[in-house]
Amino acid sequence: MADKTQLARQFIEAIPHSRALGMELTEIGDGRAVIVMPYDTKLIGDPDTGVIHGGAVSALMDTCCGAAVMSHPSAPSSTATIDLRIDYMRGATPGQTIRTTATCHHVTRNVAFVRAVATDDETETPVATASGAFTVEIKR
Amino acid sequence: MSRPRPEPVQVIKQRRDAALSALVESVPYIGFLGITFERRGDEVTSTMHFHDALIGNPMLPAVHGGATAAFLEVTAVITLQWFHLWPQFESGELDVEAMTTGQMPRLPKTIDFTVDYLRSGLPRDSYARATVNRSGRRYASVQVAAWQDHKDKLFAQATGHFLMPQDRAAEG
Repeated sequence: MADKTQLARQFIEAIPHSRALGMELTEIGDGRAVIVMPYDTKLIGDPDTGVIHGGAVSALMDTCCGAAVMSHPSAPSSTATIDLRIDYMRGATPGQTIRTTATCHHVTRNVAFVRAVATDDETETPVATASGAFTVEIKR
Repeated sequence: MSRPRPEPVQVIKQRRDAALSALVESVPYIGFLGITFERRGDEVTSTMHFHDALIGNPMLPAVHGGATAAFLEVTAVITLQWFHLWPQFESGELDVEAMTTGQMPRLPKTIDFTVDYLRSGLPRDSYARATVNRSGRRYASVQVAAWQDHKDKLFAQATGHFLMPQDRAAEG
């Protein structure tokens, strides 16, 4: 399990865009993944409030959902996003790390269905939620 | 019938270009992604200039789906704000000079955003244009399409809803 997490962490950190956004994978396995993204001023979307841009949250959600698909027991060899919907409940509090948990709740031969939730330090109310469909490539 | 003499072309261009660049430059994340905007009249097109930090799949390589989503969302928000502010800076109600010195009107907030990934983003520049389908006092609905080599071959499209900035005075 420790090896698997290590491998997945290296996989995420090998993605240039995820690395540029400072993402770090903290948990993975059985179709579930957790990725954190520390606050950074270069990610600001609203100069008035210092709140991070929705696009950075989208990138975090997309990466986390993809990681959840890859960790599903059906062991896909690769995956790609078909569609992803994000609902923004509130702005993430400036200065706080955003933590996303994605769950791959159903997989067919061709499609994986994923949900994700993002929170900051105030874990009771989500910053954003996501739901998406991903392709499933199985090595034959 | 007489109409007022039209403003000199340089005055109009300078005002509109200054308003657009003030809007774009006020958002750090737009600079981080390397997105620029071009204007023809009130029509705007955005470009996400390819660089290595945008890569999501180093094997192909392909642009990260999150970078594509962010590009679409940036284009949607800026285009929506652009059309929202247009009558204000054209009439002189909004001072473009003040905008360039950092006094920016508040931006619309994203309520939800749905991205369709139609084909993988190649390691080259991407272009996008947004259409504001409805812009009310409180809510707006925006569609956005992105392409690379061929304008008619979209690689991603999105639709989103936005909460318009509320006038503090009007709220009481």
